Amino acid sequence: MARVVLVGNLAQLTGGVAEFDLSATSIKQLFEQLTELYPAIGRHLDDGIAVAIDGQIYQDTLLEPIRPDSEVFLLPQIAGGASLS
Amino acid sequence: MPETTTNGHAQSFVGTRTIRPDGVDKVTGRARFGADFNLPGQLIGRVLRSPHPHARIVSIDTSKAEALPGVKAVVTRGDFPDQPSEFIPAGEMMMNYKDVVRNVMAREKALYEGHAVAAVAATSVAIARRALKLIDVKYEVLPHVIDVEEAMRPGAPLLHDDLFTVGVEPKPDKPSNVAKRIEIKQGDLAAGFKAADLVVEREFKTAPVHQGYIEPHAALATVSEDGTTELWCTTQGHYIVRAHCARLLGLDIGKVRVTATEIGGGFGGKTVVYLEPLAIALSKKAKRPVKMVMSREEVFKASGPTSGATVRVKIGVKKDGKFVAGFAELKYQAGAFQGSPVQPGVFCAFAPYDIENVHVVGYDVVSNRPKVAAYRAPGAPISEYAVESVVDEIAKKLDIDPIDLRMQNAAREGTKAAYGPKFGPIGLEETLNAIKKSEHWNAPLRKWQGRGVASGFWFNIGGETCVSLTVNEDGTVSLVAGTPDIGGLRASLAAVAADELGVPYDKVRPIIGDTGSLGFNFLTGGSRSAFSGSMAIVEAAKQIKSELCARACKLWEAKPEQVEFSGGAVRPLGALAEKVKPMTIADFAKVAGKTGGPIGGVGRINAQGAGPSFGTHLVDLEIDPETGRATILRYTVAQDAGRALHPAYVEGQYQGGAVQGIGWALNEEYIYGTDGKLQNAGFLDYRMPVASDVPMIDTVLVEVANPKHPYGVRGVGETPIVPPLGAIANAMEQATGIRFTELPMSPPKVLKALKEKGATKV
Repeated sequence: MARVVLVGNLAQLTGGVAEFDLSATSIKQLFEQLTELYPAIGRHLDDGIAVAIDGQIYQDTLLEPIRPDSEVFLLPQIAGGASLS
Repeated sequence: MPETTTNGHAQSFVGTRTIRPDGVDKVTGRARFGADFNLPGQLIGRVLRSPHPHARIVSIDTSKAEALPGVKAVVTRGDFPDQPSEFIPAGEMMMNYKDVVRNVMAREKALYEGHAVAAVAATSVAIARRALKLIDVKYEVLPHVIDVEEAMRPGAPLLHDDLFTVGVEPKPDKPSNVAKRIEIKQGDLAAGFKAADLVVEREFKTAPVHQGYIEPHAALATVSEDGTTELWCTTQGHYIVRAHCARLLGLDIGKVRVTATEIGGGFGGKTVVYLEPLAIALSKKAKRPVKMVMSREEVFKASGPTSGATVRVKIGVKKDGKFVAGFAELKYQAGAFQGSPVQPGVFCAFAPYDIENVHVVGYDVVSNRPKVAAYRAPGAPISEYAVESVVDEIAKKLDIDPIDLRMQNAAREGTKAAYGPKFGPIGLEETLNAIKKSEHWNAPLRKWQGRGVASGFWFNIGGETCVSLTVNEDGTVSLVAGTPDIGGLRASLAAVAADELGVPYDKVRPIIGDTGSLGFNFLTGGSRSAFSGSMAIVEAAKQIKSELCARACKLWEAKPEQVEFSGGAVRPLGALAEKVKPMTIADFAKVAGKTGGPIGGVGRINAQGAGPSFGTHLVDLEIDPETGRATILRYTVAQDAGRALHPAYVEGQYQGGAVQGIGWALNEEYIYGTDGKLQNAGFLDYRMPVASDVPMIDTVLVEVANPKHPYGVRGVGETPIVPPLGAIANAMEQATGIRFTELPMSPPKVLKALKEKGATKV
């Protein structure tokens, strides 16, 4: 099971639970499993979330693999010199 | 001799200081920037802007302006369909089109001085100006609020009746100017501070500063009767401009073609739309091309800047120098609409350090100022300035060398960042070592001189990127990229293409294509364009090499394992080498038509694997005790580039970031009167550093390869603006004995502090 940690305000959408053990093998599965557990987080996972798998940050991608022993952090997307708003 | 890398490519141009492909045009004046584009029959567009920092717009009567001979179109809020409140991802912060449509053209209220309320297109500048005076806008002037702390107070004038603070429990039932509260936590902060032998706490203030690009915003639009739209503009991301304009004006993306002109600086400030949708709307109405260019005053009043902020930092440390707890509270101005860079500010604050117990809280606060735009490493310079100042104070209190203190606590591979994940290979220690080993570090100082050091961090990003390589009939190569070239992209990508294909650098001609040329490209920013673009070039070149090998197999009646691509040619292997000669790319180009048609490749990727970049800056300055003026005497930047594709351009990024940071630290600030109006909207009164203000910025290229990139590249453009603020504040403290906690450290402020301290005691 991968260890999944929600960073920042995301835990407000999961009733304050910030750490999970999930069997997801990809970011897509991770999002699906989290949404099933906490439907309120689903909309936020679709947009604006970065996923750090074993220290490497991935953005706007669903297909990156997650290993059973992976450490996964969900955090707001990162840009820079580049904000659109 | 070409160097062969681990990926098997013979490299001879990457890492060298090749001549920039755009250089001749730039030095001869041929390069066409935003305002250089013109079309036959074009009209001139001008914007009417609010004179009030906060006012309800009761009515707008444009009839007199429309009746003026020579006026061909007038647009106001009614010409831009309202947008629902819908957040979409936009880098480090979300954006809401409901706000974007209100920022490009005020609707219910004008929210800052300079907010657009109408625009006209006319046959001459004089007529356009006259028309603006004929537009009758009735305002109900409202109380305004400028300062971030005042905006947060209960009873402050409210900008938005529907803005309820997100991120607090229970959810507020009353609106406020605080759009969001965010926080990160790790460890046990209270236990950390309890275990500390020394705790240092300080509050800091920074002023809003503008990106200060020399080229003002400019746009030229033409809309045909069937709705086909062409737009030329100065931007960091023409695909993003296309998306925004299409959304705001209800156009099909496929019908909008945007060309990014040469750009005279952006630094994050040209990642948004201001004039572009107005020019399109006016052109659509007038049925003629419309050109719009901002004045410098408009640039200051209605675009950018980055946030001003209040930051409180508290660090707990053991006697031996080990950091055990870090707390920070960040209050960032967002301008008139939510979306300050407080999120990355929160993440970056303690990123350079390995601290077990961390808690950072951030607030995104609206006030009656122009909406902030990104500015190099958005949010990071502010929070890291505060932390680096406290770190310096700790070093002094514990009598530990400031570089040794940073080294002792430095993040390294495996360190858990304050924002969660563990770092991979990073180069902070290497930058600290480079500075400590520099001759600069040990050079003597005189009275009134001070030396400061500070480190900085930025994440860097990748993202959607598309490039094409086409082999021309004579064997030369056309390279088309879709991210505007701000800091040497064309030279960097051309070097990578030349090495990948084994052709001379000067046989690769790179251009920036329009939005019709390539698939979607995210913009130039986040320090991503050279990182992502070079990855895409590798992919495109791979396709070409594969295609050439396939054609060689057909020509030579050989099997795939009998050929290989190396050194710019397909080479026969084994016994086949006795029968046929290698074919170069130029050889294939000559027979392209007879062997299957044009030869090319398109790299389409969503680049991942961006490696963070750390830097450490060292600065010497001297104070004139009679005027309070600080003169930068010497400056050295050491930063991890991963691999410098084009060392001169990387050094240029380091130098540019340092100089912008010098301005931020010493002089730049938005000054508002009590009437809520900006008082220094011009370069005479908004003091940016010029060449004579700064010494040559020395640079040290540290290269700790990013293992996720085929050449080891890290983004380099953001990090260099992060350390200067802290480094200069620390140098100022050494020179004067005064810890300045408010930026800018401008001469009047320094002089006042010196007088308060008593000059003889300094």
